[in-house]
Amino acid sequence: MNKDLHLKKATEIAELVNSKKITATEVTKYFLSRAEKLNTKINAFNFLTPELAIEQAQNIDKQIQDGKTFILAGVPIGIKDNLNVKGIKTTCSSQILKNYVSPYESTVTSKLWEAGAICIGKTNLDEFAMGSSTEHSAFAPTKNPWDLQTVPGGSSGGSAAAVASRMVPIALGSDTGGSIRQPAALCGIVGMKPTYGLVSRYGLVAFASSLDQVGPLATNVEDASLLLSVISGHDEKDSTSLEAKYEHISAQADLKGLKIGLIREFASNGKGINQEISNSINSSLQLFKELGAEVKEVSMPLISEHCLDVYYVIAPSEASSNLARYDGVRFGYRDTEATGLLSMYKKTRATGFGSEVVRRIMIGTYALSSGYYDAYYKKAQQVRKLISDEFEKTFKEVDVLLTPTSPLTAFPFGDKLNDPLSMYLCDIATIPANLAGLPAISVNCGFDSSNLPIGLQLMSGQQKDQKLLQIAKAFEEALRKNNSQVSAKLPELIGKVN
Amino acid sequence: MNSVIEEITKKYEPVIGLEVHAQLKTNTKLFCSCKNEFGGEPNANTCPICLGLPGVLPVLNKTALDYAIKASLALNCTVNPKSKFDRKQYFYPDLPKGYQISQYDQPLASNGFVDLPDGSKVRINRLHMEEDAGKLVHAGAERLHGSAYSLVDLNRAGTPLTEIVTEPDIRTAEQARLYVQELRLILIYCGVCDGNLEEGSMRCDVNISLRPQGTEKFGTRAEIKNVNSFRSIQRAIEYEIERQAEILDEGGEVVQETRLWEENRGCTITMRTKEEANDYRYFPEPDLLPINISSEKIQNIQEELPLLPSKKREIYSQEYKLNEEESFIFVEDLERGSYFDECIKLSNNPKKVAAWVNGPVAAYLKEQRLSYFDTKLSPERLSEVLKLIDDGIVSDSSAKKDLIPDIFTSDLSPIELCDKKGLKQITDESAISGEVEAIVNQFPDQFSELKSGKDKMKSFFVGQAMKRFKGKASPALINKILDKLITK
Repeated sequence: MNKDLHLKKATEIAELVNSKKITATEVTKYFLSRAEKLNTKINAFNFLTPELAIEQAQNIDKQIQDGKTFILAGVPIGIKDNLNVKGIKTTCSSQILKNYVSPYESTVTSKLWEAGAICIGKTNLDEFAMGSSTEHSAFAPTKNPWDLQTVPGGSSGGSAAAVASRMVPIALGSDTGGSIRQPAALCGIVGMKPTYGLVSRYGLVAFASSLDQVGPLATNVEDASLLLSVISGHDEKDSTSLEAKYEHISAQADLKGLKIGLIREFASNGKGINQEISNSINSSLQLFKELGAEVKEVSMPLISEHCLDVYYVIAPSEASSNLARYDGVRFGYRDTEATGLLSMYKKTRATGFGSEVVRRIMIGTYALSSGYYDAYYKKAQQVRKLISDEFEKTFKEVDVLLTPTSPLTAFPFGDKLNDPLSMYLCDIATIPANLAGLPAISVNCGFDSSNLPIGLQLMSGQQKDQKLLQIAKAFEEALRKNNSQVSAKLPELIGKVN
Repeated sequence: MNSVIEEITKKYEPVIGLEVHAQLKTNTKLFCSCKNEFGGEPNANTCPICLGLPGVLPVLNKTALDYAIKASLALNCTVNPKSKFDRKQYFYPDLPKGYQISQYDQPLASNGFVDLPDGSKVRINRLHMEEDAGKLVHAGAERLHGSAYSLVDLNRAGTPLTEIVTEPDIRTAEQARLYVQELRLILIYCGVCDGNLEEGSMRCDVNISLRPQGTEKFGTRAEIKNVNSFRSIQRAIEYEIERQAEILDEGGEVVQETRLWEENRGCTITMRTKEEANDYRYFPEPDLLPINISSEKIQNIQEELPLLPSKKREIYSQEYKLNEEESFIFVEDLERGSYFDECIKLSNNPKKVAAWVNGPVAAYLKEQRLSYFDTKLSPERLSEVLKLIDDGIVSDSSAKKDLIPDIFTSDLSPIELCDKKGLKQITDESAISGEVEAIVNQFPDQFSELKSGKDKMKSFFVGQAMKRFKGKASPALINKILDKLITK
């Protein structure tokens, strides 16, 4: 049984551990050993946390012996390295926090440990979650398990690759403009950004506070739902957190009569969407129709035309402010060559931050400066409101919106590294949900001719997270029945370990 | 006002506005649950939130908000039903996040005023909430520049502040001092600030410009920082009036800048010019929700407001007919004032109560370093003493002389004390009328003079009688008997 533990769902592992068929420690050792081997090829983890993992597992085993059960009993999880785990480094894949050890625990991770999950390690990301390929990690890029020559997407590329290669069954990511969904799409797994405020941000290192949201990455919709049910809920430490709590889905939705909106501007080659992806989306729509859903084309000009512009004013503005605390004074990296206060600030920040982070701090600082604020930040917020209105209007006509998650499948390393604008375009379909605070999920819907995964994105109205996951599960089921060959596909290298 | 300033103000009119930062005396900080406490080991009262560690979020202290609303109402401000927090961004080692959470374009309250004891009125432009920064300790120099190293103490970081900004209504240094004194009292009365200037609970920045007398247009202003005592407020303003007048007299132009008050040297020096001024890049704080305040809440807090100093002064002078000095003391010294207020409820002679509280009571407590409600002399007990005096059972002078310190310390009642000490006066007319008559007979010439209308002789007989009774007969009673003998 031990041999293919990595092919099991998180729900199945928890069940095995709770029923004492296997111990959490055995599960943990299995995945730790697997992760150690695979990580040398993929670099999904910045570092593993074997000591913490074993300690947690033994603790869970003891309690299970005492008759307790846990929702995520002994389930190994990868934590994106911009979430604080007490006593463990939080690097944000940045030089400036390279040796920073957190003295406190994030709300989401404390909920995970209470639910019996095991911390396997901290996963790689684009520095401070800024990027769409994980190439902006200050340490080393993560590789896509489906093709080691290509990127896993980003910024939660480490989490996505770790799950896709089954180093862990589930992982946490954070999504500011698509950072969970786009890498999930490129790695052929499920990734979900919940409604803004459904999950506490306390302990998530802030990139853009009004857009950031923690969410699950998993191999299947059910696991994503279970993970979300554990991490969601009101947190008095986060003033923007909602009162609502997400309840794990027990069944899939009946799609009969479901109204699916296809955003015209993102359909059929719009917005640089690759033809193979368009084709795959079209067959998915066909599948939805066969299940009784109605597909309706909707036009959302504001969203398609202005989202990137609005996002690249608001996100860098908030980032420029959130990243001001990395000044070398109290923690993290300090340039020792500095000769005075100003020189310390300048040198520490110039050498501590990578080029993409510097670029966004510069953009944000400019957008907020006196005389430009009205033209940039304020205007962007006004348009953001209009975008939310456009969504609200559209959701009066349809239940969910459907787009490709990413206009491209996994691309080769270096392809977009020197062309920030083309990198930014990767998030064209995912950014709108962040701007409007909506839940959105990416599920695999097929593969391109190079055997690279294609992701389909579903978005719904605020706090319709549960409905969204029920629909995603129905689609996943249908795809499995319809094309079991596609849905059962796994990256080749995952079988080469253990 | 000194003569130099007097001379200058014949020519120029100073236009002054003040920004006062007052610390709110909540138990915990503005955005975390750390203790809000002065002193203590450096960085003892800190947590990941007020240290600004990666990933933390602020949560508004509701008591701090209530206190700020209370202060706003006491300053006659309109509390805005909607306001919000903003980030004010600049780099400095005492500012852990690289920004201060403050309020920019939608302050908590606006449009208030303060009535000063001199009859003038200073309008309040706005009152907003913000967090305090930490403190730097410099080694080998007074400030960062020139120090070998500097240490950061973040105990104060995140302390709740209100910033109270006046309109440019102030015209003299003295009025500025009066305003700050009155503001301090109002905040203390509301129980929202301890008003301790030495500990930095209130800090003052002064904006000041001069304009030729009789003109409307404001001159170029300088902002003076670090003005942190009543004395330095007055001194800094007077220094600045002289400095600016000198520049204007020489045909020069005042530079718009921020200046620092140097307490020891008694002057202001340039801190930064307009060109060097920070661009604070304010934007709405995305980690906090906008503040919505219901009219019920405002109503409730309004009802909780105590009697404020100006109203109290009015009652003391108009109702109780106290003189200016007395009412000043009772308004200024909160404990003495409330002791007096308690006593007055039990008496119908405010002047006499005031004289006792400010006289023997205050003197004894000061000497013993005790506070008003800490001795056996409760307001009830003091009123018993005053009643004994009113009833002629003990004389005012012997009560003041002989009942102290026993009325503060003894378990015996005031009347028992008088008995024990033999202070009781003779109140029975029949008991002494014979003796008085004997004295009259002893001095027939003097009595004839008294009878013929020479009233001065009355004190002679009262004196003789007092001698005879060893002071235990009340002069009033002796007078009464004498009157009877005269008309006999």
